[in-house]
This record gives sequence, structure tokens and C-alpha cells, in this order.
Amino acid sequence: MTAETHDSAPHRGAPDWLWYVGVPVVGVVLYLLYGRLIPISEWVTALFPVARNSHSGEAIAFFVYDVPKVLLLLTGIVFVTGVLRSWFSPEKTRAILAGKRQVWGYPLASLLGVLTPFCSCSSVPLFIGFVSAGIPLGVTFSFLIAGPMVGPVGLGLLYGLVGWEIATIYLVFGFTIATVAGFVLGRMGLERYLQDWVRELNAGPVGDLPQEQLTLVDRLKIGVEQVREIVGKVWIWVLVGIGIGAAIHGYVPEEMMLRIMGGEAWWSVPAAVVVGVPMYTNAAGVIPIVEALLGKGAALGTTLAFMMSVIALSLPEMIILKQVLKLQLIAIFIAVVAAGILATGFLFNVLM
Amino acid sequence: MKTVNIYGPGCKRCEATETMVKDAASRLGIEVEVVKISDAKSIALAGVMSTPGISVDGKLVHTGGLPDTAKLEGWLRA
Repeated sequence: MTAETHDSAPHRGAPDWLWYVGVPVVGVVLYLLYGRLIPISEWVTALFPVARNSHSGEAIAFFVYDVPKVLLLLTGIVFVTGVLRSWFSPEKTRAILAGKRQVWGYPLASLLGVLTPFCSCSSVPLFIGFVSAGIPLGVTFSFLIAGPMVGPVGLGLLYGLVGWEIATIYLVFGFTIATVAGFVLGRMGLERYLQDWVRELNAGPVGDLPQEQLTLVDRLKIGVEQVREIVGKVWIWVLVGIGIGAAIHGYVPEEMMLRIMGGEAWWSVPAAVVVGVPMYTNAAGVIPIVEALLGKGAALGTTLAFMMSVIALSLPEMIILKQVLKLQLIAIFIAVVAAGILATGFLFNVLM
Repeated sequence: MKTVNIYGPGCKRCEATETMVKDAASRLGIEVEVVKISDAKSIALAGVMSTPGISVDGKLVHTGGLPDTAKLEGWLRA
């Protein structure tokens, strides 16, 4: 790239040194801002003509504190993940997984599902790319479950809003469900439920792209691009989620929460899954709700089950997968993942 | 005249890629025909696993995410 200096095209962007200086400076400024959020939000809340300890006061304080907090966290997490993921690609992941027929192909696929950059709009080409390269169906499912379920956005927000203990529990169990569900699905011999045209594709072509050498600045640019794209897309879900969280925080009485989601009633876990699956939002929208639920005394198992089913099983994703999977396979897929989520929910309600 | 295929199911980024290709071509004064391929089977058969993918005259040059402007011009010039 020595020709770079001769090119006067204005769209080429900032020079490299600006990236090396700018990214740390922006990072420090955002970090300092993050540390001042409580006084800032209390100051903003005081501007409203309501008593601080009233229902409305509590709800407003929750909202004005959580919105900047979540958006700042989200920006940081998406940037760091974007940069880290620039070392991974679906092509590399496929090369690693192809030929891994042993049992440890499943946990490996779950791990790569977390690390590989992946957008649900390309899940169909990705699925076909994996299956046609001879990656077993179950291993492919482990990858497809882990990707959305144990996404860095969800983990980072859980860590920031709810605490590291629950974030760790979520990570371990999300990962386990992806691995075990993939393994179970793999054992069921479901190849006959692939759409016919998918089965007829054997040993598809390998997209042999020349390996692009990325510089550090290229990777930083990818991080910023990811922030623009992801934060630009999910901020509305964040506002809605925090709005609901604020309403729960301010208005829902604790006795009522304990009765519905308190973990005493056995049916609270399946009910949480049934409510969670059709809910179409993402990690960024659901975690502020989770924060408010746990704050009001909802049982951990029930809340985990709700969160996992919202994030991991989404209707639009299933509709996309319908192009490659027959309805029976989609139903089995949902059933196996939901069983894992139920087991996790019950386990934590019994333990806690 | 170059034929540029853009592989993608029709998401926002695929449209943005199409605009980028057309802009780059007109900046360079190269005539291109842009073909959008949104059918899952054809995308998969082209070896594209993450969309959008770009091929120039049948040769796959890029997959996954928006292309870099400088690289895009390079592919069109080649």
C-alpha cells in the first residue's frame, strides 16, 4: 500500500496516526463519562417535577441512568469484539471444523460460534457452506446455536448491568446448551429433513479468497464500522427494553413479581420460555428487562430461561432457516434447544 | 465492460455494496454491469458464506461486510 500517499481521494479517511491516537482518546473520554453516570443521571432526574422516591421518580431515574450506561457499554463491547473478530472468518472456521468428526467438534463449534463474525442474514449460505464441506449437521447446529445465544453483546451487558456472577453462569450454560443440543441433534440422524436441494449439493466449492492481510488500522476501522452498524441498529431496542425495565422497576410491586416469577411455582420456567420464544428483540433489548426482573426478586432460573429463549430462539431466524431445513427439523431444533433452556431454568430455581 | 456479481439476500449492506460498486466504477470511468444474486442456492454455489460477496468477471474477490473503497477500486481496475 505504498501508493496510499499519492492518492488524494478525500474518501480515503483519516491518516493512520490519527487512528492510533484517536481510538485511545475516545476510549478514555467514554470511560470517564461512564464513571460519572450516577451524578449526571441524578441531576437529570431532579429536573423532573416528581418526588425522587415516588413510582415515577424511580422509573425516571432507572431510565436516565440505564440508557447512557447501556449505550456506552454496548459501544465499547461492540468495538472490542469487532476488532477481535477480525482475526476470524466463516471461511477459517469452516476449515477448522471440516473433518472434526470426533466428539470435541461440538464444543469447538460452540466456541467458534462465539468468535466468528456472523449476521443472521447470512445464516443460510453459512449453513450450506458448512454442510457441503462435510461438517456434520450436529456440529453445524452447535455453531448456529452458540452464535446468537452467547453473543458478546449479551454477555457484556449482563456483566455491566447484572454482575459477573450471572454473566458467568449465562456463559457456561449457554455454551453447554449449544454443545449438548448440537450433539443430541447430530445423533438423531436428521439429514433426511434437510430441504432436498441442500442434500443434493455435495462437496460444494470452497470460496478460495486470497487471504487478506489486515493492518491494525484496518482492524480498528472494522471495529468502528461494527459500532456504527450494530449500535445504529439496536439502539431502539435498547430504549424499548429500558423503558419496560423502568416501568417494572418503578411500578410493579415486589409481591406480584414473587408470585409470578418467584420460582415457587414449577410452571414459571416453561411459561418464561413460552413467552420468550415469540418475543422478537435481541440481547441489548432484553437485558435491561432482566436487570429489573432480578432487582424485583424474580427467580434466577426463571429469568435465565426467559432471557435465553428470547435471545437464542427467534422466529425470524427460523423463517430464514426454513429455506434449508424442513419444518420437522425446525420443530426438533426448537424442541431440543428449549429442553436445554428448561433444564437450566429448573436447575437454578432448585439450587437458589 | 466488467460484470460484477453481488451475492446477498437483499439486506441493507448488500444495497450499500451495490451503490459502492457503481460509485467506484463511475469514478474510475469503467463500465460495469451489476448483477444482484439473492437466491440462497446460487449464493452457496458461488462459495459465499458471509454476505455480501462480490465477484468481478466470475472471480470471487470479497465476502462478508462492506468492501474497502481502495480495494474495491483495485478489483475493478484489475
